[in-house]
Amino acid sequence: MQPFTYDPQWMETLTAPFMANAFLAGLCIACAAGVIGYFTLARSSTFAAHALAHIALPGATGAVLIGLPVFFGMAGFALAGALVIASLGKRASEREIATGTVLAFATGLGLFFARMSSSASQQLQAILFGSILTVTKDQIVGFAIFDVLVLLAIAAVYRPLLFSSLDEQVARAKGVPVSLMNVLFLAILAGVITIAVPAVGTLLIFALVVTPAATATMLTSTPLRAILLSTALCLVSIWGGLVLSTMFPAPPSFVIVTLSTLFWASAKAWQTMHGHRR
Amino acid sequence: MGTTNEPCIICDDIAIQRGDTTIWSHGTFTIPRGTVTAIVGTNGAGKTTLLQAELGLIPLSHGTMTVLGGAPGTTNGRIGYVPQSYTSEIDSSLTAEQSVLLGLTGTRFGFHLVSRAQRSKALEAMEFIGISDKAHLRLSELSGGLRQRVAIAQALVSDPELLMLDEPLANLDLASQRTTVHILRKLNRELGMTIQVVAHDLNMLLPILTGAVYLLDGHPHYARLNEVLDSKLLTHLYGTEVQVVTTPQGDMFVMPGLDDLDPGIRDMHDTRELARSHQHAKHTTTHHTHTQTGR
Repeated sequence: MQPFTYDPQWMETLTAPFMANAFLAGLCIACAAGVIGYFTLARSSTFAAHALAHIALPGATGAVLIGLPVFFGMAGFALAGALVIASLGKRASEREIATGTVLAFATGLGLFFARMSSSASQQLQAILFGSILTVTKDQIVGFAIFDVLVLLAIAAVYRPLLFSSLDEQVARAKGVPVSLMNVLFLAILAGVITIAVPAVGTLLIFALVVTPAATATMLTSTPLRAILLSTALCLVSIWGGLVLSTMFPAPPSFVIVTLSTLFWASAKAWQTMHGHRR
Repeated sequence: MGTTNEPCIICDDIAIQRGDTTIWSHGTFTIPRGTVTAIVGTNGAGKTTLLQAELGLIPLSHGTMTVLGGAPGTTNGRIGYVPQSYTSEIDSSLTAEQSVLLGLTGTRFGFHLVSRAQRSKALEAMEFIGISDKAHLRLSELSGGLRQRVAIAQALVSDPELLMLDEPLANLDLASQRTTVHILRKLNRELGMTIQVVAHDLNMLLPILTGAVYLLDGHPHYARLNEVLDSKLLTHLYGTEVQVVTTPQGDMFVMPGLDDLDPGIRDMHDTRELARSHQHAKHTTTHHTHTQTGR
């Protein structure tokens, strides 16, 4: 086995129709993940992002088991998980224990469903690690519609959501519907995770939703700039991952996650050298 | 600020219940405008609960309350609220200026760009608090004391008539405590703002306080300063021996029991003398009484 091979026909592969789909999917995922990633950090909800991806797993394998599209199962489970997490309230320690327990159970359940049918078993690896090259035109239309809805929703609640994320007690006193903001945030997060799973899978999703946002907040200090930079970093990771994994054949998920991590590590190093403390 | 002479807070036989437990009850008092009031009591006495009731976040189980002329919760736009959360370690990359701006823009739905007027308003608030040079630093780069001043500026930016602070001096070093008290004095004297402060320790606040709501035996009471500063009352209030002490310079202290100390070092006074020495601090030669006379 050669770990680093070079494919001289990479330009041809890159211009294949399935690649065009992958690039479009990447664009849709980056727009949604960049926006929600910033709020995930501002609300200290990174664990919820990680958990929702795992809670979606039995939805995915269960859907395959009963012959439904993977997307519906994932969206249903992630949304239900989001509502459960929202109802768990604010006390972080209790919430995280409950969330973690559900996460572990859901992952086990996902495995159980997968073992019950051979087709679900075959799809398990794609769900866990992503398969951006198999995204279809129909899926992309769905992603694009979802993106428009997310961006409209965020634009409508932008400042109250920001206020309730950063100063929850003051926001509540000033009349911001804090609980509604929490449910809305988690519902959008569940949706973003559902559409981002095809790119990198449930196990690596953290690197697309949280990591670019963390990198962006190290480098910028206004929310809007952080969101734009986070989206750009997410996009560069996915597109760069697609190009590099075509030139040097490797699983795209691996290269995408590697790029995202490299950006984060570079920003961290830059921050340390410039003496910013976090 | 206060265009009318109506009181800031009017409470008539108010009570709060959580589940089956009554937090406190039978609160009947009036807090005038332009005052600086401490809310004191032991841990768990319901001090923060009183603030939350005034903000309409917790319903009263009995009685009526009027805040700035309206029912609790209906006048929150004219109230600045600084909760205790600033003390917790935060990881926010937001700048001080962005945080202050949220005090103006944070309740508006729809997408709006920050206007020039809003920006200059935020800067004005930060200048008043003395943190305009920190406007572009991130909250995570500021000390606890500075973060608290950012929180005060955020509350101030919407020109409140009433400012509420929950434990503003907790977890601050002496210099930061002093700065905070100076800021509160300035807000009260220059802008005529009514201020309420939840506090454990009255000492730092004594120079600016005009009165206190003390939560005693499950009931809130209001008293003007010279009435509340009574050793017996404070001892009862905190459940541990407390004495009110005045130095020859006229500064007052609230101290834990002094049983072990030589009484000659401290000058102890009963309430009436305290009131006098407070008024004539510079001229009075203090009396030396070592017994506490009751009220």
